Amino acid sequence: MELKFKLTDYRTSVHNNWCPGCGDFGILSSIQQALYELQMDPSNVLIFSGIGCSGKTPHYINTYGFHTLHGRALPYAIGAKLARPDLEVIAVVGDGDGLGIGAGHFVNAGRRNVDFTVVIYDNEVYGLTKGQAAPTLKLGVQTKSLPKPNISQAVNPILLAYASGYTFIARGYAYDTNHLKELIKQAIQHRGSAVVDVLQPCPTYNDIHTKDWYAGKGNVDPKTGKEIPRIYKLENEGYNCVITNDMSEEEISKKIAQMIIKAYEWGDRIPVGVFYRDLRFDTFEERLEKRIPNYKAYPPGKQAISNREGYPIADISKIVQSLSV
Amino acid sequence: MLNFRGHSWLIGGAQGTGIERGASIFTSALALWGYRVFGKREYYSNIMGEHSYYYVRFDERPVHSHIERYHILTAYDAETVFRHSLEGVEGAALLFNQAHKSTKLASIHTIEERLAEDIAKRLGKQVKDVLLSDILEEAESYGIKVYPLDYNEILSKVASKTKETMVSLARTNNVVAVSASLALMGYELDSLIEAISYVFENKKRVVDLNAAVAEATYEHVRSKGYDTSFAIKLRKLNRNGKLLLVNGNQTVALGKLVAGCRFQTYYPITPASDESFFLEDNEIIDLQVTQEDFPVIQESKILDSTGSIVVFQTEDEIAAITAATGAALTGVRASTSTSGPGLSLMVEGLGWAGMNEVPVVVVHYQRGGPSTGLPTRTEQGDLRFVIHAGHGEFPRVVLASGDIEEAFYDTIRAFNYAEKYQLPVILLLDKYIANSLVSIEKLDVKKVKIERGEVLSEEDLLKLKSLNEEYKRFKFTETGVSPRVFAGTKHAVYWATGDEHDEAGHITEDPVLRQKMMEKRMSKLNLIEKEVPIDERAKYFGPENPDLLLVSWGSTKGTILDLMETMSKEGHNLGFLQIRMVHPFPENFVSSIIGNKKWVIVENNYSAQLGGLIREKTGFVPTYQIVKYNGRQISLDELYIAVKRVIFGQAPKRQVLTNGA
Ligand SMILES: Cc1ncc(C[n+]2csc(CCOP(=O)(O)OP(=O)(O)O)c2C)c(N)n1
Ligand SMILES: [Mg+2]
Repeated sequence: MELKFKLTDYRTSVHNNWCPGCGDFGILSSIQQALYELQMDPSNVLIFSGIGCSGKTPHYINTYGFHTLHGRALPYAIGAKLARPDLEVIAVVGDGDGLGIGAGHFVNAGRRNVDFTVVIYDNEVYGLTKGQAAPTLKLGVQTKSLPKPNISQAVNPILLAYASGYTFIARGYAYDTNHLKELIKQAIQHRGSAVVDVLQPCPTYNDIHTKDWYAGKGNVDPKTGKEIPRIYKLENEGYNCVITNDMSEEEISKKIAQMIIKAYEWGDRIPVGVFYRDLRFDTFEERLEKRIPNYKAYPPGKQAISNREGYPIADISKIVQSLSV
Repeated sequence: MLNFRGHSWLIGGAQGTGIERGASIFTSALALWGYRVFGKREYYSNIMGEHSYYYVRFDERPVHSHIERYHILTAYDAETVFRHSLEGVEGAALLFNQAHKSTKLASIHTIEERLAEDIAKRLGKQVKDVLLSDILEEAESYGIKVYPLDYNEILSKVASKTKETMVSLARTNNVVAVSASLALMGYELDSLIEAISYVFENKKRVVDLNAAVAEATYEHVRSKGYDTSFAIKLRKLNRNGKLLLVNGNQTVALGKLVAGCRFQTYYPITPASDESFFLEDNEIIDLQVTQEDFPVIQESKILDSTGSIVVFQTEDEIAAITAATGAALTGVRASTSTSGPGLSLMVEGLGWAGMNEVPVVVVHYQRGGPSTGLPTRTEQGDLRFVIHAGHGEFPRVVLASGDIEEAFYDTIRAFNYAEKYQLPVILLLDKYIANSLVSIEKLDVKKVKIERGEVLSEEDLLKLKSLNEEYKRFKFTETGVSPRVFAGTKHAVYWATGDEHDEAGHITEDPVLRQKMMEKRMSKLNLIEKEVPIDERAKYFGPENPDLLLVSWGSTKGTILDLMETMSKEGHNLGFLQIRMVHPFPENFVSSIIGNKKWVIVENNYSAQLGGLIREKTGFVPTYQIVKYNGRQISLDELYIAVKRVIFGQAPKRQVLTNGA
């Protein structure tokens, strides 16, 4: 079958200045691959980023791309999505960007369930400002650019996303682009707010959780003497956590308990895959549609506001009447 | 009596007991008889219990400001009597609940210690010894007529006629107060009942109850013979059509609907949120358009029978401005409204919109600052802040409307400027405009046309493609304005970034490009200077050679215009220069008006910010300053005194006005 869009249609010729070996490359190509496989028209896609190494992503993708403020990619993205619910909106955020300075937006976006996708570049450091501790760096860990071990606890992106109300929560790994691409595709196709937390080695500043570490360095199987990869896939172990309307409270509680256990798992075994999908809730757009019946058919961004002579077409006479005596 | 047109009515009571409702019944009643009104609302940052009051100035012809000296004060609690009694003009009426006669000043905990001491001092007593009757006596000695009302008797009658208990009837105290004042002035009961049904939206049970209260109050007032004793009488005026009673939050919201704003964000804050509430209440929009218009509707191919505005409550003001900007990128006219600390949080977002040439409209209602300041009180303290807010330099437009009606048209213009020049526009208002109420004849929805600036459509982009040209969002042009493409339009993509960028929207740190981009953006200010008619930027009222020139901006306009009228009757010809677009500043026009005149800067702030700005832009220094910063708007009566002192050469260079309860 002839495909309308080629993979190269999603690439730009902009010089990429990430460090050699940066995990961001894997995330970038997974996003491009996902868009390609979904055959999304580049002019139908809006990608928003914040500030950080991760923030440069939109410049490398041939869609509408908005490199916004540190921490604020989500509200920009949500504003655009609510104005044009027919467009595909993706926000890419750094871990400092999305879960530090932008944490308030991250939590509140979850409450709404707007139909969009958030990708977190989880490298545990503030890359662009030279390696300070990001909110995902664990207590006591000292990466090479830190003068002292990290004095704060880490936030758990999976659990924060769950507590905030995101209805699709996944974790991927930047160097497994095939798997990550599939997660991003599912996230895009999910109806509602989707988060993909991507473990992303930073070869320059994070010398603790390196590519080799994730690949199993130091994690020796006592029986075989071989290193066992730390990352494993949830779906390969029969894990599934989809919540639907017809499930009993008890079933739901069990699923969630199992999800929480998986979300805490770290160290020798680190799960990736889809942690949680909740199909019970309307999207924000659907809720709006209940109040404004033609909201989706005639969204803010598509409405005509003036006639051929340039006069406004809004008719406020009823409102004016109600204020008149 | 005062030499100003019209009369001043004042109602006071505890917050949460229906002061606003009461004022609403009063203004509706007056408008029903064709009177023009101006209402000013004062309240604490509190839900219940603190003192709240409302001035209404009314006249047969339009009035644009408030007078603090009252002609009629109607008080249904003791605190109001303590606070306001002595503000009356000679011959004024003071209506109060006689049950409060022996109330002690010291027993009212919501009166500040400072105020209690001032009151006691005026009466030559100790705070602990002051009774309400003392202040009444003092008022009478000023020539104020005191009218005791037996609220208990009035409401007992209502209780016996209806099934209401006395306790539940206490919530109609405000209606007693309003009705008594209207009865005193000879207003007809039937018309009052009509006003009550209007205010209570024809809800039968509530209307009936309040009508019964009004009737009982009228009987009481008549039985005491009060209605024949008071000089000020109302009469039914000829009206041609209804009068619109609106506040500034409402005219701005209506302006947004007409302008085609279809996306509004907000985070709750006084006195801005009522605008967003009003919009949400009216989220489905009637359209006035025929199918013939359909294929040629300018900027969109789609038409439906109703439009809508999405009103989005965000988690904070940072999200409010960034979500509005995100929406604006897709081509919708988008806006946010805020006040005080809210704008402080929006500043970084303002810069991004400036850097990326996104049309976004921010309505900023000033309140007393800094910090939380005086959340419910007025001030013009943010002029310097809004013209400079943000790091680095980027173009913006700042408009300052002079009154509630002007705010309607300015709102529409704000979107036009934002889109034509592709920049953030701040509409600078204040609490006085937001919360005051005025009667106007109509809002002309055809006065300002919609101008969206240069936008490329799908077809334009296809054409570009066929020429093998790439669309560049920040293309260098003669004017500095690059044609926009709404994000999501077929046959194009583009980028935008808060980093300095090239024409395509990609990051650059190249010094040559940087300089060109800076010049491109900033040159739009010159374009505005060239294109925007001067009367949209500054306006001069008065004779060519005035005795004295007043210069101001924003909400002082109505007061100054009313003052000019009064003073001209006394033979003093004032001129008034109103700055409407405070940025970019209309310096040539301002210079030409000031020339070598003696001039006074009038502002509701500490440092006479506009005065400083004029000095910066033109070199002219105000001869006199009249400023006020106690959180209360400059009133007509105090400005009159201050300006007279200037005219008679008795004024210091700087006068600080202090009125207000
Ligand atoms: C308001 C603000 N504060 C600080 C900065 C400086 N800054 C730039 S990038 C960055 C951290 C980025 O870290 P992260 O979000 O983890 O992204 P990464 O570079 O690791 O992808 C900071 C603090 C900024 N741009 N804006
Ligand atoms: Mg990071």
